[in-house]
Amino acid sequence: MLDNFPHAVRIKKIIKETPLVRSYFFEYPVRAKPGQFVNVWVAGIDEKPMSIAFDDGKNYMLSIAAIGDMTKVLAHKKVGDYIGIRGPYGTHFSWKPGQRIAMLAGGYGAGPLYFAASKAVAQNCHVDFFLGARSKQHLLFSAQIKKLKNTRFLPSTNDGSAGFHGTSVACWAEQIKKGARYARVMTCGPELMMKAVSDIAWKKKIDAQISVERYMKCGFGICGNCCVDDLGITTCQNGTVMPNSVARKIKEFGAYHRDSVGRKHSF
Amino acid sequence: MADLSVNFCGVKFKNPLVLASGILGITASSWRNVVRHGAGGITTKSLWLHEHKGHRNPVIIANEHYMLNAVGVPDAGVNKAREEIGKFLAFRTGAPLIANIIADTVHNFGETAAEIAKIKPDILEVNISCPNVEDEFGKPFACVAADAARVTKEVKSRLKKMRFKIPVIIKLSPNVENIVEIARAVVNAGADGLTVMNSVGPGMAINIETRTPILKNKVGGLTGPALKPLAVKFIYDIHHALPKTPIIGIGGVLTGADAIELMMAGATLVGIGTGIYYRGIGIFKKITDEMQTWCKANHVKRLSDLIGTVS
Repeated sequence: MLDNFPHAVRIKKIIKETPLVRSYFFEYPVRAKPGQFVNVWVAGIDEKPMSIAFDDGKNYMLSIAAIGDMTKVLAHKKVGDYIGIRGPYGTHFSWKPGQRIAMLAGGYGAGPLYFAASKAVAQNCHVDFFLGARSKQHLLFSAQIKKLKNTRFLPSTNDGSAGFHGTSVACWAEQIKKGARYARVMTCGPELMMKAVSDIAWKKKIDAQISVERYMKCGFGICGNCCVDDLGITTCQNGTVMPNSVARKIKEFGAYHRDSVGRKHSF
Repeated sequence: MADLSVNFCGVKFKNPLVLASGILGITASSWRNVVRHGAGGITTKSLWLHEHKGHRNPVIIANEHYMLNAVGVPDAGVNKAREEIGKFLAFRTGAPLIANIIADTVHNFGETAAEIAKIKPDILEVNISCPNVEDEFGKPFACVAADAARVTKEVKSRLKKMRFKIPVIIKLSPNVENIVEIARAVVNAGADGLTVMNSVGPGMAINIETRTPILKNKVGGLTGPALKPLAVKFIYDIHHALPKTPIIGIGGVLTGADAIELMMAGATLVGIGTGIYYRGIGIFKKITDEMQTWCKANHVKRLSDLIGTVS
């Protein structure tokens, strides 16, 4: 285990995935499991938690959208430049060999679930991968997901420009209606989407793993910014990936979250 | 089983361990979770009258030797405090709540104290010693005896006018020439108790590859196990100078033996902060178990009998 200081690593490769998203590759000495995150530090600017989109056993891949001031600076970094990494932190997705799994990814949730799918199919799991986005150009990792064995790729877009016209949750519900049965469902994406998955899974008694994420600072259970009502547990250590039974005990899940000063905001 | 309960400023704690300010301290749910894990009481993160933004990340870094933090005292202001403290009191955990307050001026310390006292916390702790907002506010009030006394007087007189009898304790800085002189000044100004000590420094850590200070604030308060001897000496010195003044001892406590050491030096309550990093949130239960084992082996029936027993 490394200490909780950022470790400077050099960017080895950068791939432009969508107009906003770039994937950064670098070597890191501690192995990650799907669903875990690292804190990415851009020296002198800021540091943010980012989910790990892939770990091939030597290199990490992080897929990051340039939407805030830190990530916009990051978007100008070149191969050979330094970024700081600490972690990996948090819980992870899990499965039993041979399970039939539904994965519902919204937007940037595609990364950790692509990582989970690639590991799960290696253990003979069968995956239905429901990937949702605003439009075709925002569907992340389509090509990679299509290449996975034992995997059905079921994209959906809000504007109908690719796949199912509507949400990934509606697409999943339609599959269930058609008779698809799942031993487990995993979801990572916008919270209201995950709440919908949680509700359906609960009703249909499907074992579910939900990635519940809150504003995090330290990442190691000290600052308290990511504690959830009313359980009071941190999501950086007790999450982000939680069993549905825990997620459903979190009163604020699907209702509100807190900002950097602890003030509540509704979803 | 030894009796671990202590009485601090007339408030009863089932054991002397309190969550120190600044850690897991933002919401009622989090405070209750800490009490569930065995804390005798909790201290809120510092409360401001109005919203105060903290620093950007990184705000906390840690290794096996120390933790360095400059979170920058973020808080949403008194409306949030009202909601969260009210909610905690409604949970009826039995554990006292210490509301820690902070402000930028002497006058605003009085205003904040008055607003927070209305919510009826068990104890008010006044943070005049934060080392990581110096860029914004200059040297902490705790660094000059006369300034520390002025804040104390203002808070006490505001509360007296409103007929609040809530105990007021002042959190002191270790980063001073003569901490006993500051302690004496605030006690003479009416402080009911003292918290000894806030974090040390500030210090700095540099990432040598990027040649950049790691904390966004560049500098931050130093905490962790190596600081315990400093805390023990400050508590010892202050207790000997002011034997009637109850003390919350904080600094590097990881074990039952550490907590007993601070109590022997003169602390009635013992704050746990960075210890959570080293032993997890289970540290409260671990320390109370360790104190019980020690008391049994040493035929101590009442833990409070140990307070200030080292001459």
